[in-house]
Amino acid sequence: MKSLAISFLSGLVFALGLGISGMTRPVKVIGFLDFFGQWDASLALVMIAAVAVYFAAWRISARMGAPLDAREFRIPSRNDIDPRLIGGAAMFGAGWGLAGFCPGPAITSLASGAPAVAVFVAAMAAGMRLHQLLATRRAQAPSVLSPAADA
Amino acid sequence: MHNFTPVSAVLGGVLIGLGAAAMLLFEGRIAGISGIVAGLLKPEKGETGWKAAFVLGLLAGGLLLRAALPGSYDFGIIRPYGVLVAAGLLVGFGTRLANGCTSGHGVCGISRFSPRSIMATLVFIASGAFVVYLVNHLGGAALR
Repeated sequence: MKSLAISFLSGLVFALGLGISGMTRPVKVIGFLDFFGQWDASLALVMIAAVAVYFAAWRISARMGAPLDAREFRIPSRNDIDPRLIGGAAMFGAGWGLAGFCPGPAITSLASGAPAVAVFVAAMAAGMRLHQLLATRRAQAPSVLSPAADA
Repeated sequence: MHNFTPVSAVLGGVLIGLGAAAMLLFEGRIAGISGIVAGLLKPEKGETGWKAAFVLGLLAGGLLLRAALPGSYDFGIIRPYGVLVAAGLLVGFGTRLANGCTSGHGVCGISRFSPRSIMATLVFIASGAFVVYLVNHLGGAALR
């Protein structure tokens, strides 16, 4: 129960940060990505501030044997840069630049009641689902769909 | 420089960092929104509760913003539905292929000096900038 409350409050604070910073406004996001036009540097500061806080938390966590409310840290350990990482990030960036929404702000902005946000989130969920279905198929039939992957 | 809002940007960024930091220090989890949402679409045993609670927190925060700071939803730019669908599909599929988005790679991963996250963030910002350039400067009038 406690962990659910902490997760809920973390999400709430995260969403307030997204709203206050301007991340929920596509005009700010697209303005940030418009390096060759009238560049709005605000979102660079959002990222720098968020990274500074999280970096401090990361350093603190390195001295902790376990999290305060869980048995162990579950942190990604992969270091390889593969084509899927690059291709996926390129696809994500293209969608981000087109609409001006990334996943967190889009979910948060559902609360605005704007139909356009609901359309974006529904399509985003469909894209995630599609990836899950393709990944499952590939796992079930590796020799048919990706012969080179096992080599 | 255009529409620069440094104070709200830093304040908001600090809150984003604190929300993500709480998930790390208390729960030992990465606050990666795309992974959390995808996890709810394909539930794993024992992993659904905290993810649902986090997403409900995002929505509750969204409602608070609506009441206290309605300017958060002055979207400014809203693309036609067809474009939003294409963009949503790209964001959904792309973030799963890359195992992360602006939160998991851009905030949590960069702070840990993860090479994958640094690379992913460089690529999605470059890709986003390229698309915005195409739309704004090379006649994407249909999108506006």
